[in-house]
This record gives sequence, C-alpha cells and structure tokens, in this order.
Amino acid sequence: MADERKTGFEPKIVAFFCNWCTYLAADLAGTARMKHAPNARVIRVMCSGRVDPQFVLEAFAKGADGVLIGGCHPGDCHYQEGNYKALRRYNLLKRMLKDMGIEEERFRLEWISASEAERLKWAVDDMVEKLKALGPLNLAVPSEDFAEGVSVA
Amino acid sequence: MSLETGVRTNGGARIGVYVCHCGSNIAGTIDVEAVARYASELPGVEIARDYKYMCSDPGQELIKQDIRDHGLDRVVVASCSPSLHEKTFRDATADGGVNPFYFQMVNIREHDSWVHEDVEAATEKAKDLIRAAVRRVRHHRPLEIRRVPVHNEVLIVGGGIAGIHAALTLANAGKHVYLVEREPTIGGHMAQFDKTFPTLDCAACILTPKMVSVKAHPNITLWSLSEVSEIEGYVGNYEVTVRRKPRYILEDVCVGCLECIEACVYKKGKVVDEFNLGLSMRKPIYIPFPQAVPQFPVIDPETCIEFKSGKCKKTCVDACGDRGAIDFQQEEKLEKIKVGTIILATGFKTFDPKRIPYYGYGVYPSVYTALELERLVNSAGPTGGEIVLRDGSKPKAVGIVHCIGSRDENTNLYCSRVCCMYSLKLAHLIKEKTEAEVYNFYIDIRTPGKGFEEFYNRVAEEGVHFIRGKVAEVYPESGGNGRLVLKAEDTLMGGVMRKIPVDMLVLAVGLEAQADAEEVRRMFNITCSSEGWFMERHPKLAPVNTFTDGIFLAGACQGPKDIPDTVAQAGAAAAEALALIDTGYVELEPNTAYINEEECSGCKTCVPLCPYGAISFREDTKKAEINEVLCKGCGVCVAACPSGSIGQNLFEDDEIFQEIEGLLAHG
Repeated sequence: MADERKTGFEPKIVAFFCNWCTYLAADLAGTARMKHAPNARVIRVMCSGRVDPQFVLEAFAKGADGVLIGGCHPGDCHYQEGNYKALRRYNLLKRMLKDMGIEEERFRLEWISASEAERLKWAVDDMVEKLKALGPLNLAVPSEDFAEGVSVA
Repeated sequence: MSLETGVRTNGGARIGVYVCHCGSNIAGTIDVEAVARYASELPGVEIARDYKYMCSDPGQELIKQDIRDHGLDRVVVASCSPSLHEKTFRDATADGGVNPFYFQMVNIREHDSWVHEDVEAATEKAKDLIRAAVRRVRHHRPLEIRRVPVHNEVLIVGGGIAGIHAALTLANAGKHVYLVEREPTIGGHMAQFDKTFPTLDCAACILTPKMVSVKAHPNITLWSLSEVSEIEGYVGNYEVTVRRKPRYILEDVCVGCLECIEACVYKKGKVVDEFNLGLSMRKPIYIPFPQAVPQFPVIDPETCIEFKSGKCKKTCVDACGDRGAIDFQQEEKLEKIKVGTIILATGFKTFDPKRIPYYGYGVYPSVYTALELERLVNSAGPTGGEIVLRDGSKPKAVGIVHCIGSRDENTNLYCSRVCCMYSLKLAHLIKEKTEAEVYNFYIDIRTPGKGFEEFYNRVAEEGVHFIRGKVAEVYPESGGNGRLVLKAEDTLMGGVMRKIPVDMLVLAVGLEAQADAEEVRRMFNITCSSEGWFMERHPKLAPVNTFTDGIFLAGACQGPKDIPDTVAQAGAAAAEALALIDTGYVELEPNTAYINEEECSGCKTCVPLCPYGAISFREDTKKAEINEVLCKGCGVCVAACPSGSIGQNLFEDDEIFQEIEGLLAHG
C-alpha cells in the first residue's frame, strides 16, 4: 500500500450509471454526504442496456484505468430487462477485454438500487483500491490502433 | 433564430458555462472560480461564470442575458443533480431563445462536492465533468418535448384511511376513482383501533362515515377482495388488470341483511377471526366487522363445508331465499381498466414479536401485541370492549413495553413513530377501564406532534408509571399465579434492577413494510428503501411522488406515520394526481430511439430486444421502424444495432463518445 501511495497513482474510472437506480444511488450518497474516492466520473444513461460495448472500448482506449457500469438489480429494471442485456454484453466483453490484455478488475458491472448509497460507495472505493494495486492500464496494442479498431464510423 | 435550425455545429458553437457555488455546498469543496476560469478556455466556450445560486432568479437571468448579449447557442450548468434542476435550466435556456435541449447539466454537488473532501481532487473532477459536458453539448440536437394526453381515471391501491381519503378527495373533484382493496372490506388498520391519539376520538366514529361515502360515491368504483395483477403503459396512460376474487355473494343482489351468517350450519364461530387477530372465532360465512364496507358477507372457501365436501345443508342459501344472492360457482374475474394516475396506499404490517422470543409472545397467554389490545379495548371487539385476559379475569397490573422491533440493531433500526403515542393512549384506556396499575417501559418517550406532549403529561398525571429501561427478561412469577415478572434496569434510578409483576404484558410493536411490498414495488416499477418502504422521489420536495411519473404514495407504505400525517399525505397525493389530470397532458422526455433508414440493413436484431414491442419490421422497405409513442427511451436497441443505424435522442452515440473523450482528455 505504501508503495502505491508513493507513486501517487490515481486511477481514472469512467462510470456508466443508469438513470433510475445507480445514478440515484450516487445522488443519495451525495445527500447523505457519504464520502468516497473521487476517481469515478459518471456518465448518465437511461438504462445500463444503453451501454454500447464500444463505449467501454473507447474509454479504455482514451485512457481510463477502469470502467464501471451500474444498473438496477435483476428483475428491477425500469425498462423490464435492459439490465439483463447489459449483463449479457458485459460477460462477452469481459472475455474479449481479457484477450486484449485488460485485467478483469478493470471492468465491472454492479447492481446498485436507488436506495443503496452504501453499496455505491463500496463499489467505487473497492474498485479504486483494486485499480491502485494493478497500476495504470498499459494497453498491449498502441492506443491509437486500439481506438482505430473500435471507434464508430 | 438561425441557431434553432438544428445545424449540427461541431465547430461553431458558442457555449456558456455556469458554475454554481450553491452557497458553500459546492464552493466549500470545489474551487469554483478556478473551475470557471478553466472552462472559459475550453474550445467553443464563449463565456464561463461562477455564481452563488444558479437556480435563483438572478442566476437564471444571467443565462438569459448572456444568450442575448453573447449570442450563446449552448448552455452548460454545473450545479446539483439533474433530477433537481435540469428542468429549471432547460426552461431558462428556452426563455433565452435557445432550444432547451441545447443544454447539458453537470452534477458537481451530489456526485462531487458532497462526497469528496480533498479540494484539489474534487476541483479536478469538476473540471473533467465540465469538459465532458462542453464537448457533449456541441453535438446536441434541437428537440421538441412530446405531449401525451392524461386519462381522467385514477387507480388507488389500498383501502385504508390513506386510500379512502385520497379516493374521496379525487371523487369530490369529479374524477373517477377505482379503489382496489384486497381484504373483504375497506378501513384498513384504522378500523381495528378503538380511540385515536391524542384527542381520543373514536376511530370508528370518524372512519365509518368516510367508508360509507366511498361506497355511495358515484365517482368511486370500489373493488374489495381484489388485487392488481398487471400494469402496463406510462404516465397518463396506464393499463391495469385487476383480479377480483370471488366473494361467493352476488353484490348486486345481496341487500346486506346478514341473515345467511346467522343461518350457517355452524352455530358458533369455528375459524380464527383475522380481523380480531385470533382473539375470537368466526363462521365460514362472515362479515369482518359490523361496519364493514361493502356491507356484504363473504364466504371463505377454505373452511366452508359446501366447498370442502359439497355436502352442506346450505342453510345460508335457504335463509337468503328468493333473493338467491349466494353463488358457490362464482369465479375470479379479471377487469381491465385504463387510468392516468395511480396512488399506492398499501399500508404496513405490525412487527411480529415472536422474532424476539424472550418477551414470551405466543408462549405466555397473557402477552399481547398492542394491536390485539386495540381489539380488546374496542367495544365492537371480541370482548365487547372489556379488557380481560384470556381466562376472563381483569388485570390488576399491566406492563407496556415500548420499541418492540424498533430502534434495535437486531430488528429494525428506525423509530416506528406511532408506538409511544399509542402506548400512552392504551395506558390511558387501560387505566380508565380497569383501574389497573400501568407500567410503561421505554427508551425515550417521543411526542413530537400537535397535542402529543400535553397528552403525555396528562397520562403521567393520571398515575401511569414510566420506567426508563429496556425489559431484559420476562418470566412467570413463582407460585403459579399466572403473573409475569418484567425485569428491567431503571436507568433514571442509577441502574437499579426493577422486577415488576404484571397480569398482562402489552408489546408496543413497531411498523414494518408489507410482506409483499417487494412484489408490489416491482409491479409498479418503483423503488423501496432498504427497510422495504416505498421510496419517495425526494424526501422533502417530492414526498408523495415516485421516480415513476404518475405513480404517487400515500400513508404508511412510504414509512411509519400516524393518522393525521397519513391523511395529509393522501390529500397531497390526490392533489398531485389532480394536477396531472387537470393539465390534461404530460410532457415526456424526448429520449426516444429512431431508425436512420438509409443505414438500416434490415437485420432485425433490434426487433425482439424491445420490451415494449415498439420496433417492427417493414416488409415493403425491408427496414426496421420504431413507433415513437410506444418507445420509452431505454436505448437497448441503440446499443445493439450492428450497423449503428439506430439513434437515441438526448443520448446519441456521438454525444456519449464526446462525453467519454471529454472526461479523459486531461490536461
């Protein structure tokens, strides 16, 4: 731990939070002044099912050390089953990322309901801690090529 | 204005960035001036300011003035959560003459200043978020808000005092209400009470006239023994299926003479009476209590001989005679209704004290819950209002233990709010009816309400004993006299251990969310707090709204509350529903998906993904088509389209890519 502090590495996390559960959990954490690590930057989407795998690849390509997707618990999706679709894509993408040399801990999907501010804090803090242990992301492919391969037309 | 023509200006945008101090809420942790300075240098930013309160009139005026003076065509406000003020700033943008969707909000309060302590890190985060918004907003398209009509009818789920009050308020305003109650009668918990605190009004005297009005009101359709089984649609346009369980009594034929109950082959009650919490027995054909509404008997098929064996003499049918109101063949019915708004008033359940075994509930016959005592005190109750023990004797000493299942890390952490006051009320009634000595064991006495503290003083002056301490042990007094000894540390007497023998022990059980709150929540697509209470949209400013538009909360389903608060909340929920109905339409976020026909390859990947059936495949053009009215804007199809030919308004791919790049384009 001491070594990490010395290097001063602060991981950058791009977080995609759904509008109905996890974004609100983050709001609730705010209202409750529940302090957590300042490393995550939230992008609001209506549903975790909106998260295009290319968003995730783009984030890694552009320098994110981790990507966190937050959605409603299974069965609780505001749009019935968008979170299941997020889960399916997540499972697939995770394997793909692994093949590309991106460690598993860098890509997470968490179910966090609107009332679970505590869980949100845990998810962010836990991810930051694991990313600090991993260190910065070093893409096996040069980032320009990586981005090239994934950016949309 | 040429800016309104929807030119996708990637280069020529003129952006105004506003960083809110929110007093010290943001400025206390984020260097807002540095952030504004930083923003002013971002490409496309024409002007960047920080201001004390952006949501104030002068704050909004600042935006409008800058739009005029500097020709801004995009606005970014960095302040609180969009759930609070996105609409405020969109409106200000529109008032300034710019399409309201040329606006992007940045949450630097809930997601930043309130959750971080390190000024430097919080300031950097705010810069990142603003940079992302600035890049995103350049790609925004002008959009129009969609308007859809709102149905006049309202569905109210739950016929306790909350549902009743909301139903009458709406019906009196001329709106049609469907009141759905799963029990055979409306009235809820309030119908079980004897008196109400602190005024000691008789609960039935104030409740039953309202129950009767519900039944008589031409604008209310009352469905008892019914439950909502399915719900579809959206604000203003919900389609609801209600399952109406059979009563085995034809309601349009029955006159409520109740002679069938008298005539039942069972001369006495045979089955546990749910309304009296098992303190009495009822027949298989019964009416829950004398003032039940609707005033019809109900047959319990689980215990009726005719249902069990088909060999009953059916004396009930004979008693009904020519009217023929009894129908053993009656079947469950599904009713489909269209409503614009929904009020959930599904109430609470009381804590089951068997979960704390050392109080001896269910073991010692002289241990009662407070709700059971309500029935004993009630003159329409199982003992005709006499407070007697199960052996028929009158108690000479009664212990009331507060906070059962409340304020305890082993059960529920929260205070149930009503137990102190109802305990005081019960103490007063016990004293009045039996002259017994009454001992209250409490942690704190909480009397924050109109006339509450005065009532506490009155009860104390009447000679009720108050012992501050938790009862640690309950055991039978030696000698087999049936009395129980309550052992507690009296914390106001320096921790002296008190042992008080009582004839009756009353447990002031707390309030909990209904056992099926989770299922109800899912069906209505709303949220629960971790304790299971339905969650309001905002604890202070939207206390009866939910995150699902058009669905409102009333009463204890949202959290423990007493009757006055319940009624006030029910009135508020009715007013919210009324406001929607009388406006006649709702404005929906224009976040629907659409197909770029030219690019669509007709692969049909998207068609089965849509949970609302909004996507169809056109055989003539061989392209997918999205019905904008059915689309709810989740964006699942957008993410799945292999050719990238589905767009989503407000959440376009290029907007999100810009946001991602903006977040990471550090330094």
